[in-house]
Amino acid sequence: MAYTEEELKKELETKEYEYGFYTDIESETFPIGLNEEIVIAISKKKEEPEWMTLWRLESFKIWKEMTEPEWANVHYTKPDFQAISYYSAPKKADPNKTLDDVDPQLLEMYKKLGISVDEQKKLQNVAVDIVMDSVSVATTFKKTLSEKGIIFCSISEAIKEHPELVKKYIGSVVPQKDNYYAALNSAVFSDGSFCYIPKGVRCPMELSTYFRINQAGTGQFERTLLIADEGSYVSYLEGCTAPSRDENQLHAAVVELIALDDAEIKYSTVQNWFPGGKDGKGGVYNFVTKRGICEKNAKISWTQVETGSAVTWKYPSCILKGDNSIGEFYSIAVTNNYQQADTGTKMIHLGKNTRSTIISKGISAGKSQNSYRGLVQIASRADNARNFSQCDSLLMGNECGAHTFPYIEVKNKSAQIEHEATTSKIGEDQLFYCNQRGIPTEKAIALIVNGFSKEVLNKLPMEFAVEAQKLLEISLEGSVG
Amino acid sequence: MLKINNLHASVDGKEILKGINLEIKAGEVHAIMGPNGSGKSTLASVIAGKEEFEVTEGEVILEGENLEDSAPEERAHKGVFLSFQYPVEIPGVSVTNFMKTAINESRKARGLEDMKANEMLKLIREKAEMLEIDRKFLSRSLNEGFSGGEKKRNEIFQMAMLEPKLAILDETDSGLDIDALRIVANGVNKLKSKDNAVLLITHYQRLLDYIVPDFVHVLHNGRIVKSGGKELALELEEKGYDWLKNEVTV
Repeated sequence: MAYTEEELKKELETKEYEYGFYTDIESETFPIGLNEEIVIAISKKKEEPEWMTLWRLESFKIWKEMTEPEWANVHYTKPDFQAISYYSAPKKADPNKTLDDVDPQLLEMYKKLGISVDEQKKLQNVAVDIVMDSVSVATTFKKTLSEKGIIFCSISEAIKEHPELVKKYIGSVVPQKDNYYAALNSAVFSDGSFCYIPKGVRCPMELSTYFRINQAGTGQFERTLLIADEGSYVSYLEGCTAPSRDENQLHAAVVELIALDDAEIKYSTVQNWFPGGKDGKGGVYNFVTKRGICEKNAKISWTQVETGSAVTWKYPSCILKGDNSIGEFYSIAVTNNYQQADTGTKMIHLGKNTRSTIISKGISAGKSQNSYRGLVQIASRADNARNFSQCDSLLMGNECGAHTFPYIEVKNKSAQIEHEATTSKIGEDQLFYCNQRGIPTEKAIALIVNGFSKEVLNKLPMEFAVEAQKLLEISLEGSVG
Repeated sequence: MLKINNLHASVDGKEILKGINLEIKAGEVHAIMGPNGSGKSTLASVIAGKEEFEVTEGEVILEGENLEDSAPEERAHKGVFLSFQYPVEIPGVSVTNFMKTAINESRKARGLEDMKANEMLKLIREKAEMLEIDRKFLSRSLNEGFSGGEKKRNEIFQMAMLEPKLAILDETDSGLDIDALRIVANGVNKLKSKDNAVLLITHYQRLLDYIVPDFVHVLHNGRIVKSGGKELALELEEKGYDWLKNEVTV
């Protein structure tokens, strides 16, 4: 691959990334605890139609019957679900406001995040629907999108404005009873994003949502529903940063993707929730259910960079239902200090000639534990299904752990499955070589880690890739004594 | 420029350098020759500050400053460059990216801003041309899948980019064919000035046909046993090292 002048220039540019701050905004918070009244109150607060309230109540009933799963390779104090407040909204939010009316403190925070909305309006080809403390406070680019018939709004708005779509698809990929956290989310989800791309439409810009937890003791339950109608294409970016907190915060999101015939969805995540302190205190519990379904010839591609959270439990998956459909999973998971991650994917091959690719890069430092858990399942009628999996682990120091749990279930003889795995350690010789060139050890590690992760970083849209690289660097700070 | 006084160094309790004395002035080229296991590469690593080696006695002084407490990267910032005998691979990190990082870290240490992209671009182009390096080469992962010759040329390219005060070339000629050797030597000669110095570590006198040293030292069993002008290298080429060994024993 030869460099063009442009590429060379791009590589030589440097960008700074900042994180870790807390903005003091008045918010309206529900009393702690969870019961039917709270579920109804959330629904009422959001002025939801009755069917939605009933759906939530049904979910709550299912959740009450379930127990928290324990099979993951993580250890933590289970959250007290009665000690959490289930709703918090920035007080001054008003969907009719223009950007000029937005709380200047909020705008300041976006600037710190590097997503100054007005600047992006002009410069970036990115529509930003910002979710902060559960309620969307600003949506841009709506007009451009609506001209193409694209719906991109908060899920609360979609429930009111497009009930037929929401009703048809919500819970269709991740049913209420799917798992403990999914059931909880279905009952109490506060807000999230909704996106619909009409038939044959190629979404002209990257859709991006920034989530933040910004209220002590407030659980965050995002719900995302993304529907790509026949022959459409969309690339969706989701980025998270969270300010430092001492107590554990629960984050249990549900993301459902529906790719109808010949549609393609690219879903990228940079996750940087507060990972807890160096002593293992605090940090976000990130229990997420992400799943997509592919109809005929459809394609879903998950790319994730996971650097944050104290405990991560997350398996973005693809159900390859339609013939010739494609599922992809590209992941970088970094754990440092006392972080624990159990993450991976499920590729469920149901249709004929379905293909899936899994590239997972795990980086462990400090006293952390990093597990890859993946399932490749080939159903009996999925003729000629193919899967390629590659799981690489990079270790730093002698106190961390890397684990790989690949599950393969094949019920069709024509399947072709490949699995490759490597484990390596950053070598003294590599570090000395970098040192000798004037690169201090921490920077050298960042460089080596970025190189190790390159295959996945390359899958991210450009503006995210730069941020993700910085994030890897920040996450591994202090990982060598 | 560089002053080494009675330097003793050991690894895992085994003494390798047993009292080295050497002075290199700005503008000079010194060559260190010697048989395998005489301590040549150890000397290079110790000057560069590799932690694996323990300095038990003596000192290394660069421009009047004792390097004892300087970390390897600090020595690099002060102008020490080591062209490695066996350059390591760093998968996924391009030569360009690596150089950008190295240059900007050195600048940071000197309180300077990052080098501007177009400035760096110009520098890269200029140095790559000088060493007849193809642009394609710069986008490849550092040393990954490089041939022996490519690795060495890449080392000299880095030297050209970093413009060190003291360049130590450890067996840079090994693994080079005659054309590559000429290009590399040309590069080193062009980089030479009255303000910097070069320390060549080599087995053979071949390299010294291209980079002509002011002084030649023979290292044997952790000590410099003979020093002389460039003609000493020719004598070694002719007679081998054995006569020196005998001379020392006697």
